[in-house]
Amino acid sequence: MRIAVIATCLGDAMFPQAVKATVEILERLGHEVVFPEAQTCCGQMHVNTGYLDMALPLVRHHVEVFADAADVSVAPSGSCVGCVRHQHAMVARRGGDEGLARAAEELAGRTYELSELLVDVLGVTDVGAYYPHRVTYHPTCHSLRMLRVGDKPLRLLREVRGLQLTELTDAEVCCGFGGTFAVKNAEVSTAMLADKMANVLTSGAEVCTAGDSSCLMHIGGGLSRLRSGVRTVHLAEILASTEQGTPARDVVFDTAEVGESKGVHP
Amino acid sequence: MTTDLGMPTTAPDGVGFLRGTESFPVAAHRALADTQLRRNLGHATRTIRGKRARVVAEVPDWEELRRAGEAIKADTMARLPELLEQLEEAVTARGGVVHWARDASEANAVVASLVRGTGADEVVKVKSIATQEIGLNEALAEQGIAATETDLAELIVQLSDDRPSHFLVPAIHRNRSEIRDIFLRALPGVDPDLTDEPRRLAMAARAHLRRKFLSARVGISGANFAAADTGTISVVESEGNGRMCLTLPDTLITVMGVEKVVPRWSDMEVFLQLLPRSSTAERMNPYTSTWSGVTPGDGPQAFHLVLLDNGRSNVLASPEGRAALHCIRCSACLNVCPVYERAGGHAYGSVYPGPIGAVLSPQLTGISGPDDPNASLPYASSLCGACFDACPVRIDIPNLLVQQRAASIASHRTPTAQDVAMRTVAAAMVSPARFRAAERVLGLGRFAGRSGRIRFLPYPGSQWTSARDLPAPPAETFRQWWKRTRGSQS
Repeated sequence: MRIAVIATCLGDAMFPQAVKATVEILERLGHEVVFPEAQTCCGQMHVNTGYLDMALPLVRHHVEVFADAADVSVAPSGSCVGCVRHQHAMVARRGGDEGLARAAEELAGRTYELSELLVDVLGVTDVGAYYPHRVTYHPTCHSLRMLRVGDKPLRLLREVRGLQLTELTDAEVCCGFGGTFAVKNAEVSTAMLADKMANVLTSGAEVCTAGDSSCLMHIGGGLSRLRSGVRTVHLAEILASTEQGTPARDVVFDTAEVGESKGVHP
Repeated sequence: MTTDLGMPTTAPDGVGFLRGTESFPVAAHRALADTQLRRNLGHATRTIRGKRARVVAEVPDWEELRRAGEAIKADTMARLPELLEQLEEAVTARGGVVHWARDASEANAVVASLVRGTGADEVVKVKSIATQEIGLNEALAEQGIAATETDLAELIVQLSDDRPSHFLVPAIHRNRSEIRDIFLRALPGVDPDLTDEPRRLAMAARAHLRRKFLSARVGISGANFAAADTGTISVVESEGNGRMCLTLPDTLITVMGVEKVVPRWSDMEVFLQLLPRSSTAERMNPYTSTWSGVTPGDGPQAFHLVLLDNGRSNVLASPEGRAALHCIRCSACLNVCPVYERAGGHAYGSVYPGPIGAVLSPQLTGISGPDDPNASLPYASSLCGACFDACPVRIDIPNLLVQQRAASIASHRTPTAQDVAMRTVAAAMVSPARFRAAERVLGLGRFAGRSGRIRFLPYPGSQWTSARDLPAPPAETFRQWWKRTRGSQS
């Protein structure tokens, strides 16, 4: 299958390792991955902060870039896919562009979050990964309640050799990120983060994983500030790790990675 | 001079409680530091969340019920004027009197004049958010009429000169030892040896309230539902105080938001299943009172129904916002909201707190500009979506929050710093060349984070780094990596 990768603006600029890992998994499974280079951002930050008019050109740009790029599109992010699937057509209709709304709906129908693509479209749960660590999984709000990915990420994680999954108390409660919420209501956001971190720490895990780099940036940013000894790693990086390659490293908040890039990626 | 074109107006300023005096982040700052409040709220919401999940899971057709509730409400809003006229006709035919109140001031004036007409200077009240919305108790006090709240939690709030912080549990922010202190201080004729044992607290309140029930000549209530076809009003409650207020006085006055009408008596079947499980996490609420007009020789012999608009027509006029009127005030969205759980109800300023309040209050009042406290309410959410899943009538609150954020921004007469920044970012994001340039600028952040972590950023980034590190930008963006490793492929 020909698959277009949506790097997402945050993934492209700040967390490329999760996007590289997505490419790696899909190529390992024998698919053709393309990266439409004109892509920028789905517009989620503008939509969710209320700048619906400003988001309209971003939606149009996304649809133009991805409409003919491949059979399906995938992003290692529940919230970006959530925006594409549940907000793009709304933004277009609100802007009076019914043609764009229809095109956005058509594209949204074949745009997937990584775990959805693997389990629902490609029909795999064992992607040949090896990751010998104790891991806890935080289901991000938009993957859980906008996309309804359910237990798909957990089904993928259970097939990873060497991985020990530990339960996260109150897993389905928001970590407090919420995009600009983390800045506009920083104190409530931090109070929510405190509870999420407490649950991550008591889970006994060494790694906290999720399907969104943004939420991991939040949880990881808090864990880093506390020097907690627990790190955050995107689900894609875990699934990309094998016995052959160096397991995906935590390049986030990791001194060693600021210099040369290491890990499984060339 | 202005001409009244009959266009819907927002709720007036200066009367009632739909708007606080400070923005949500400022009010939340104080609440977050109140450890007793945090503990009380955390304990109460966690308990009710667990109970609700259990009783909802028992109902095999819960999703179908939610969809039925949603459909009835959508139908109601689509023909609200005709249903209200039908309700008026039915109530009148059964001996009730219907009054139409455009706003809080009109409703308060109608009720005050009705009470004065009976010669009473005291009324007993069933818990009602609509009468809190319009500040009825305060308006009656100005006319020399004392209103006594008879719901236990509402009484606690009234005695402590406090404001309710929750639809269902107005004193959710108080624990029993605080309640004991309030009773000792303010409850008339209280036993000075009162302990904080729940039973003794309840008995103390009961002794006080019985005296009020037996002496009051006027009762005032809100309404949970009003069936347009039969003119039947319904109040659901747990303590029996409502039953007393609705049956013992000679005169009953009900203040009802216009959105509470439902088309048919048989629609109650749906809502009386949805509401108790969603609000008190009970299979059925202990008391369901229904009445249609006046029954000679039985119960109040005068019944007045005040239909309150107070901005509701303005909400109804907005296709993006009108679903907020579907709310049945169960409070499930409050109990599951991680923001409400930590900030509490007072931080929202309005009598409508929590996720539904954050989309209802700004629509009822309108948003006057960036400094309007209600402009901050739609942002009091991480858009986690827990409210939508819990809502018994499937109100898509996250979407309404986004729409109200847009309304908040539309109220800016001159661009704010945030508006300018967002416009600049949007301009960069529609051009791949400008986006790449922006990424290169962002890459300079590596110098700020040579240890791999960025621990301090200037404002507004400081709002992030106050509690969280930020990773240093990577040596290579994904885009650069792709070009370097597969440059020829695409």
